Amino acid sequence: MRHLLIIATLLLATSAQAETPRDFLTRFEKEAGATSSAERGARFFNSKHGDEWSCASCHTEQPTHTGRHAKTNKAIKPLAPAVNAERFTDTARVDKWFRRNCNDTLNRACSAQEKADVIAWLLTLK
Amino acid sequence: MRIHSISSIAALLAALALPAQADNYRVPGNTIVNEECGSCHMVFPPQMLHADSWRAMMSDLPNHFGSDASLDEQRRIAITDFLVAHSGGRKTGVTRDAKGKPLLRISETTRFIKKHREISPAVWKRASIKSAANCSACHTRAAAGDYDDDSIRIPK
Repeated sequence: MRHLLIIATLLLATSAQAETPRDFLTRFEKEAGATSSAERGARFFNSKHGDEWSCASCHTEQPTHTGRHAKTNKAIKPLAPAVNAERFTDTARVDKWFRRNCNDTLNRACSAQEKADVIAWLLTLK
Repeated sequence: MRIHSISSIAALLAALALPAQADNYRVPGNTIVNEECGSCHMVFPPQMLHADSWRAMMSDLPNHFGSDASLDEQRRIAITDFLVAHSGGRKTGVTRDAKGKPLLRISETTRFIKKHREISPAVWKRASIKSAANCSACHTRAAAGDYDDDSIRIPK
């Protein structure tokens, strides 16, 4: 019984610290009140939305590859979780980058549906 | 004799130390600065801008040279404090534009312009260089704060 309690506490502690890409997918689907579509995510990622840049402008159309900042040329580590385990594991970072990058590419915040779609697509990339 | 040799060693050391010091822009290590500034561009030496310029820049991060670089308040203040603490004084040259606003680009400071006067506009546009913000393209040891002439290799 005592062991079970210790294991349960450990599990809770780890889940509070590190999140997985699936956790974010679930969170955004819940916020959107709808399931995600990887296909829609791919289209969204690779399209321009009235501004100069699409997501792919910096992250490339194949986000399993290293990207380049469209302005500074600085290397950007791959976005697809399959090749970069650091991606989508930290709420503060995920929220910060969606806030900034959606503003840069769409001139507005992304909807929960758009975020869920993009993550769903990124999770299909190997 | 002993006095003579000590003084000549001292003179030699001073001569060796001076040029290195003049071009020493090593950025003191700071995890938050490296993570936040360094994710989009190289961490520019705080010594290259006046404190007023860093304060002005850090107070308008949602409009950071055309990109949204907004940050939580805690990190924004920590980075501002770091930049101001290590900011340059007279070495940066003129620090304000004609309207009296603090200059935000290192490449607009008189020191930078003077030091790069031999670089033609065509060179700046090369794909291998792309931007005046891409210090490391030519200053091969920029990451270590070394902008000495000896370490310059202008790529084709």
